[in-house]
Amino acid sequence: MTAAPLLRMLFAQTRCEILMRWRVPAFSLTNLVLPIVFFTFFGLPVAHIVRGDGVSIGAYLLASFGAYAVGSVMVYGFGIGVANERGMKVDRLMRASPLPPLVLMLAKVLTALVFSVVALILLISYGIVVGGIHEPPGVWAAIIVRLVVGSLPFIGLGFAIGYWSGPHAAPAVANLIYLPLSFASGLFMPLNQMPAFIQKLAPYLPSYHYAQLAWSALGAGHEALWVSLLWLAGYTAVFLALAIRSYKREERAKFA
Amino acid sequence: MAGRPPSVVELRGARKRFGALEAVKGVDLAIGAGELVALLGPNGAGKTTSISLMLGLRRPTAGEARLFGLDPSDRRARSRCGVMLQESGTTGVLTVTEVVNLFRAYYPSPLPAARAIALAGLDDKARARIGTLSGGERQRLYFALAVCGDPEALFLDEPTVGMDVEARRGVLESIRALSGAGKTIVLTTHYLEEADQLAHRVVVIDHGVVIADATPSEIKARIPSKRVNFRPETAVGASTFSGLPVQSLEITDHRVHLLSHEPETVLRGLFERGVVIRDLEVTGADLEEAFLSMTRRP
Repeated sequence: MTAAPLLRMLFAQTRCEILMRWRVPAFSLTNLVLPIVFFTFFGLPVAHIVRGDGVSIGAYLLASFGAYAVGSVMVYGFGIGVANERGMKVDRLMRASPLPPLVLMLAKVLTALVFSVVALILLISYGIVVGGIHEPPGVWAAIIVRLVVGSLPFIGLGFAIGYWSGPHAAPAVANLIYLPLSFASGLFMPLNQMPAFIQKLAPYLPSYHYAQLAWSALGAGHEALWVSLLWLAGYTAVFLALAIRSYKREERAKFA
Repeated sequence: MAGRPPSVVELRGARKRFGALEAVKGVDLAIGAGELVALLGPNGAGKTTSISLMLGLRRPTAGEARLFGLDPSDRRARSRCGVMLQESGTTGVLTVTEVVNLFRAYYPSPLPAARAIALAGLDDKARARIGTLSGGERQRLYFALAVCGDPEALFLDEPTVGMDVEARRGVLESIRALSGAGKTIVLTTHYLEEADQLAHRVVVIDHGVVIADATPSEIKARIPSKRVNFRPETAVGASTFSGLPVQSLEITDHRVHLLSHEPETVLRGLFERGVVIRDLEVTGADLEEAFLSMTRRP
């Protein structure tokens, strides 16, 4: 055997990436606990209300904060994680090792997907147990699957931030981009309580179309599924192009 | 040369330019299986850039680099190499054993984790998180990561930097044992002493070129390793030193400064010539000035 099997590398790398994220409270608390805290403030007080069309506000807000949680795993995880590793020059040692860069990247994506699913399960369980919100299990499953599959643009955004900003700037950059994006997309509060210009802006934002995936699983979407998917595909292309550009710039500086 | 096995490492006319600075200016170097080679040179001489070229971490601006006859970034070549680099880190929240196991997964037939950790002398830190290690311990961890895959070739860039005397002795012993077991080892150092203790072959690099490639004893004979400094009781001229093994001589303000690899012979010669010596100082020569004298007097 001249090289180690790629699957074994991928498994070992993913395991360590999960441990690394889990042991950094800045990551694990921010992404697993913060969405629940937000839901407690914004969602619990109105969780019992049912809209005229039969949609439970509690379930609607769980879907919103679910979208927030997965996006946050992607944007903060990749944005701050990649920037930190660049700062510590982990990339140089990894680059000299037999681990192919693509396997490393795949391990990071798998890690983020694992954390996303865990964050969603924790949040939804909290909503069910503490908020008394009830939907058929198939609806919860659909929300989880849709939010995980649709998270691609935020992986791109995270990588773009991670390769573009330094380790000290990355947390600020990620917050400055992601928090306003979430507010302006109606994830924290209904859009009709937002200033008029935000209401006009929202339909052009990635998080707005991302949340539609979860809202429409409850029959509360504002647009057809294919429209949301098209927008998300477009944003994926844009963010991945930005990420690849920053990655190549880094590549030229460090490894050319 | 037909039928000769391919070199483990080969640089052919390799050059590397970073903007205005040419760090490596045409290096030809072939390292065969089982060799223990020290790349010796002062800081900024081009040692790290040369290793980066060998490993494919940098692409030569001109010339070629081969690793096991392959492009250095080829995974089949990388899988046969263990690497310890300067200025590379790893995340602090994993334990020593966890990260060693991770790196073992990169290689087809790795050593047991405990064996790699023992070779680096980190047994008592096996369960410690990397963030809690001292600088020297961290350096030993990188050594463990380099050897854990049981690779055929080891590339060690300044392996003992930041280690205390004991740790350093342990790692040098491990390097010797690995070499004895048939590994090809390329290491960089700016200590002549370290190169002398370890290597079968010393390649001296300065200002991006190879200025010497020989056995440690040959190199030692050419590199003035001591700086001698004294005040002669009566004025002396350069002719006083003719025939003595002096590489660099400077006489200023009634003081004599010279570099030599045999200070004892020089001093005996001076006594025999009736020179009375006051305020004698013999110190280890700075490698930088030693190389300067070598390039001045080929």
